[in-house]
Amino acid sequence: MIFDQQPQRQLPLNTYPKWKYVMIVLVLAIAFLYAAPNLFGEDPAVQLSGLRDTKISEQQVAEIEAAWQAKGLTPIAVEAQTEQKVVARFAKNEQQLQAQEIANKILNPSQDAQDYVVALNLAPATPDWLADLGGKPMKLGLDLRGGIHFLMQVDMEQAVKKQQEQLRRDFIDTLTSEKPSIRGRVESVENGLHVTFRSQEDAERAYTALFQRYSDRVQLELKETNNRPYVAAIFNQTKLQEIRDNAVSQNRLILSNRVNSLGVAEPLIQRHGADRIVVQLPGVQDSALAKRVLGATATLEFRMVNVEADPVAAQNGRVPPGSKLLDSDRGPLVVFDKVEVSGEHLTDAFPGFHPQTNSPIVSVRLDGEGGARMLETTTKNRGKPMAMILKESVPVFEIKDGKRTLVKSSIVETVISSPNINGQFSTDFFIEGPDFTPANTKDLATQLRSGALIAPTFIVEERTIGATLGAENIEKGIKSVIIGFSLVLIFMLVYYKLFGLVANVALTLNLVLIIAVMSLMGATLTLPGIAGIVLTVGMAVDANVLIFERIREELRDGTKPAQAIDKGYGQALSTIADANITTMIAAIILFAIGTGPVKGFAITLFIGILTSMFTAIVVSRGIINLMYGGKSVEKLSI
Amino acid sequence: MQIFNKEPNFDFLKLRKFAIVLSSLLIIASITAFFTKGLNYGLDFTGGTMVEVGYEQDADLSKIRQQLADIEINGAVVQNFGSSKVVQIRMPQQDHIENVNVSDEVLKALRSDGSEVVKRDQSYVGPVIGEELKEQGGLAMLVALICIMIYVALRFEWKFSIGSVAALAHDVIIVIGFFSITEVEFDLTVLAALLAVIGYSLNDTIVVYDRIRENFLKMRKGNSEEVVNTSLNQTLARTLMTSITTLLVLLALFFFGGQTIHSFAEALIVGVLIGTYSSVYVASTVALALGVKKEDLMPPEVKKEGEEFDMP
Repeated sequence: MIFDQQPQRQLPLNTYPKWKYVMIVLVLAIAFLYAAPNLFGEDPAVQLSGLRDTKISEQQVAEIEAAWQAKGLTPIAVEAQTEQKVVARFAKNEQQLQAQEIANKILNPSQDAQDYVVALNLAPATPDWLADLGGKPMKLGLDLRGGIHFLMQVDMEQAVKKQQEQLRRDFIDTLTSEKPSIRGRVESVENGLHVTFRSQEDAERAYTALFQRYSDRVQLELKETNNRPYVAAIFNQTKLQEIRDNAVSQNRLILSNRVNSLGVAEPLIQRHGADRIVVQLPGVQDSALAKRVLGATATLEFRMVNVEADPVAAQNGRVPPGSKLLDSDRGPLVVFDKVEVSGEHLTDAFPGFHPQTNSPIVSVRLDGEGGARMLETTTKNRGKPMAMILKESVPVFEIKDGKRTLVKSSIVETVISSPNINGQFSTDFFIEGPDFTPANTKDLATQLRSGALIAPTFIVEERTIGATLGAENIEKGIKSVIIGFSLVLIFMLVYYKLFGLVANVALTLNLVLIIAVMSLMGATLTLPGIAGIVLTVGMAVDANVLIFERIREELRDGTKPAQAIDKGYGQALSTIADANITTMIAAIILFAIGTGPVKGFAITLFIGILTSMFTAIVVSRGIINLMYGGKSVEKLSI
Repeated sequence: MQIFNKEPNFDFLKLRKFAIVLSSLLIIASITAFFTKGLNYGLDFTGGTMVEVGYEQDADLSKIRQQLADIEINGAVVQNFGSSKVVQIRMPQQDHIENVNVSDEVLKALRSDGSEVVKRDQSYVGPVIGEELKEQGGLAMLVALICIMIYVALRFEWKFSIGSVAALAHDVIIVIGFFSITEVEFDLTVLAALLAVIGYSLNDTIVVYDRIRENFLKMRKGNSEEVVNTSLNQTLARTLMTSITTLLVLLALFFFGGQTIHSFAEALIVGVLIGTYSSVYVASTVALALGVKKEDLMPPEVKKEGEEFDMP
């Protein structure tokens, strides 16, 4: 035959094709590379950041560096991470504290308002080339580095209530504007309203009118009780979801602003479930202070601009009585002290586009009382500018020896917008601005809403872990890993001899892989996480035990050593897969349902199972193949 | 070194009746304890405030109790925690003080006599959270069991599936019973440990089942009992080895891991011991009692085309 098929090249027993070795070496090299940053540890650092929109200029940094030099404090490195954030690393902890004090004096010279935060931090000392490759050490959880954890609950009842008030007003408006107008009695019920009418005819007309306008928000039904017809309007799921989402995201924003002023280097502010927010403040120890700052409130005020006063003169100290000089987006502005409408009357603010000109706008809604006041104000002051002011209570700190003490709370007033009044309006109106863009109208709407405080929050869980306990936890965690790990290594070596040594190498590589994956994922290492790693070590051996026991069985049955290795690995494979998949099911469920510490445990367990399959099966076989493959072996050291 | 020089040949099933009695007794004791004594729930579940403080010298517990009574803290439990200088104070929800501030008030009171008191750890858990956690924990357990049951039923057979879940329920009930009888604090980490026990014990059971399935297909002679017994013997070395290595690391965690993971390690140690026993006795006994037999595990026969023309 001319075209005889080439016989498939059969590899001898217990040898891997070359590509498999290349793959193993490659995977392990990458693992070592990304696990490496954890060896370099972290340097004490001082983090300078601007509050709100304040940027840090190069001159400021230069000035601070000069001041540091003068005191003999030379940072290892100073890096500008963003326009608002600069991190300086130091060699020693004492330097860090001194440097913080000096930098704070330069950046926040006045006791009245602080525009910058100078925080202590730990910056990874990863070499640049490694950092450029994306290498970073694992983050330590609060239980390991100390800090405060809060779980804040958003009061959804209040959020829904506000929307109910809004709906009630909308309904009354709609019904009175019908021709002839319809009269009904509006009552609040859970998640909605009931409107009772005198006659069936009224009820039907009302239903039609309301349905046309509000069917996107509420579920409407025509019902009857005691011969009185009524319309039941209950917020639909989409609307309720929207109310909840808004309340949570708005509160999250307020909390981030406040946490920033606390001077925490890497705070975590995250939504947690439907109506909660997690706030984690690593390194913070004073829980009373943290609570006071988080509990502060922001309010919104509508006040008239004093157009007769000269802002330049005011800047030189000539502020007319009953007015105040404030900063605004258009420069200094003199604003009357009298509050026309306060933020508690604001029910909603959202970005949109002008129906005619299509330019970006912010629509504002007030409740009935606020609307009446707004009508009065706008009638009197047509054509004049009105300022919307966000009033926040901002803590002022003094830093001494690394300790942050609250000097006082000062009220910071920021003009977020000051448009001219170009008509009479009451409950619904919109704000236009020459420099409005879709992006900044969104911000403005959020700022307005945050001043309105749609839903208050309260603390439902608090955990403070002292710095000493954190250090103790790390020490004990590492100690138990080392002891447990060594015991297993010794046991395996004694029990399986050379094969045990191979399993030990696989086990060690597994540990490196777990650390590499966790570092790459940016996962946080917690004490339960360490427990998860320790447990994985114990269980990862299982795969090798299964394989080795199979090999021993084969040997007992008189199988030749080379065949015994091959059969042992082959037959144990499906058992290992089945056993690991079921454990993984448990890990996934733990992750999905658990919180905080349980999640940390589940993540390491899950990663550990995956990596252990690779090291215990593929890598250990690779080593065994190198030792026994292609040779005639008489006896196995097992 | 080997545990068994040659394949062991224990008659496990001879002890089956004894195992049934033992398991039943343990389960009855556990359930009785759970319903009469309940669990010593940790702060995670009960809600309230916990403060852990460190003193320079040995702490005077009765003085601390007095200091707490002075500021009208109700129901405080004051105890040493890991060392005589460290004190843990646990308090239920208070009615007359804003609960979020209880820990600060307590610290103020402890420092009022001028002692150096370091705050090591502090937690406040609202009443809603604790209730939710109990619900979630129970739910997690249930979901885990159901998912595992489905997986085993798909991979093996429904009789095995029931056997494995029976073994898991057996383990979980006995570990909970252990916590109830010994009154060791049952906190969030213990809940995690319970789920890990499910994972571990299942691991063991699956390995045994895998061998039973293999032997049903391989062994020509022998009834179901003999097949199961042989499989248990063949996997015995591995079962013991894995339990030993896991126990080694758990003991390291138990003795050196610190207070925070003490109960976690304890729950797992009990769980691993019970899990090892249950994978030998409970899981296979239940499957046998349900009448598992060779035919259940035979792959469905497919009539091959052209079979009769095969070469003799």
